[in-house]
Amino acid sequence: MTLTILGLESTCDDTAAAVLRDGAPGDRILSSVVVGQGALHDAYGGVVPEIAARAHAERIDGVTEEALAKAGIGLAGIDAVAVSAGPGLIGGVLSGVMFAKGLAAGAGLPLIGVNHLAGHALTPRLTDDLAFPYLMLLVSGGHCQFLVVRGPDDFTRLGGTIDDAPGEAFDKTARILGLPQPGGPSVEQAARAGDPARFALPRPLLDRPGCDLSFSGLKTAVLRARDACVADAGGLTEATRADLCAGFQAAVRDVLAEKARRAVALYLEEAPAAPALAVAGGVAANSAIRAVLETVSAEAGLAFVAPPLALCTDNAAMIAWAGLELFKSGHRSDMTLAARPRWPLDSAQAPLLGAGKKGAKA
Amino acid sequence: MSDAPLSLLLATPDATDALARHVAPGLRAGDTLLLEGPIGAGKTHFARAVIKARLAALGRDEDVPSPTFTLVQTYDAGGVEIWHADLYRLTHPDEALELGLEDAFGSAICLVEWPDRLGTPPQGAITLAFAPEGPGDARRLTIRTGRSRWQALTETARAL
Repeated sequence: MTLTILGLESTCDDTAAAVLRDGAPGDRILSSVVVGQGALHDAYGGVVPEIAARAHAERIDGVTEEALAKAGIGLAGIDAVAVSAGPGLIGGVLSGVMFAKGLAAGAGLPLIGVNHLAGHALTPRLTDDLAFPYLMLLVSGGHCQFLVVRGPDDFTRLGGTIDDAPGEAFDKTARILGLPQPGGPSVEQAARAGDPARFALPRPLLDRPGCDLSFSGLKTAVLRARDACVADAGGLTEATRADLCAGFQAAVRDVLAEKARRAVALYLEEAPAAPALAVAGGVAANSAIRAVLETVSAEAGLAFVAPPLALCTDNAAMIAWAGLELFKSGHRSDMTLAARPRWPLDSAQAPLLGAGKKGAKA
Repeated sequence: MSDAPLSLLLATPDATDALARHVAPGLRAGDTLLLEGPIGAGKTHFARAVIKARLAALGRDEDVPSPTFTLVQTYDAGGVEIWHADLYRLTHPDEALELGLEDAFGSAICLVEWPDRLGTPPQGAITLAFAPEGPGDARRLTIRTGRSRWQALTETARAL
């Protein structure tokens, strides 16, 4: 039987639903509907967080209806409902989980609770059928971690950010330099004309062993450099702004590259049959960062996989896919499925901060 | 009535951590700290240190990610919740209501960054305003409080 899964996602700003059918990689996604910041951006002239549980609750049924219609099937054609049950903003997660429970109960369908981060981490299998175990760099506005992905429910975190995620650093750098949001594309564009060597920005944590990263201090360094330039020149010239962007981007690139090298070395100790580095998250769209990660992969003999951006940002196709993988390996949730604001992928490992000490995790 | 503001120089990030460790044990349900200051002033650094201190007191060591994207991160600190909120992305005070912050102000320990996005801050909240001082890592912290039970805190801070 070819499984068809309905996926639902509402953990942050976006409300999403998708219908996915098992099959060849290019044919799997029957529909994927995302309603969120992007759609609202133009109308409001800025990023509008859809924070309200109500906003998700009001939309999710319509979004689901649209996903089913676009896929050309009804609920009768669905084999299971997969829902992102965290981590995320609790009101939004609750809206999705409650809706999924209602749908599953009403239609008599199995329910599968999916970790939102597992959705991101399994996306290279949705798009490229990547074999386990692969090394994953999840790098977005809210996340930055290196994972060894061994199975749909089996992740080992090698390291991650101890403060801000790189996407957040890009956004805040844009804010500091008066560039438009989202910061990733605008900083990258400004960096093209800049001299990355003009400002000596720090490479946080490079001097320490391990795969942990830090980006908060880099943001502050950009701020200080800007203030010094403004004090000297009475303002910020286009050229200085470009140089700051180039310097910042080079620092992020260097840190990610070096930490990726260390993560690759740890991963290769397992002697994987088909070694691969996959990168997902909005920051993977940055061409300088992507290029250096490709180089790191090539140097170590790893295949490099980066799913298309639409599947790297929040979407429900990845939730449906993770649900499909979990379903096939026997996972089922019941009506006790809880929405979890915090849900580390790798609960067996020591946490990122103060790594080395064991402790209970949320 | 309002006490005169207390101004402190935090020479290094370690000094901020030390202050956070002093403040953390005294916080209880219903306490709100409003963390003001521009980007890079150390608001998240301070909040993270407070949360880490509370969790460490329970023998726990957890990630304290930035709340910039999720707007709120909550922590179970043994019988009381800690809410760490970053309201920068909010555009209207009603959105803070939607986040459930009003309820949390009454029942949780709340650490709120960019509190100017709130329409009306909760009564008795203490304001910690961070500002860069000089070209290095130093920060000037100004504490404003209208509640006498915070005097212990400010006395502690004064002694640092």
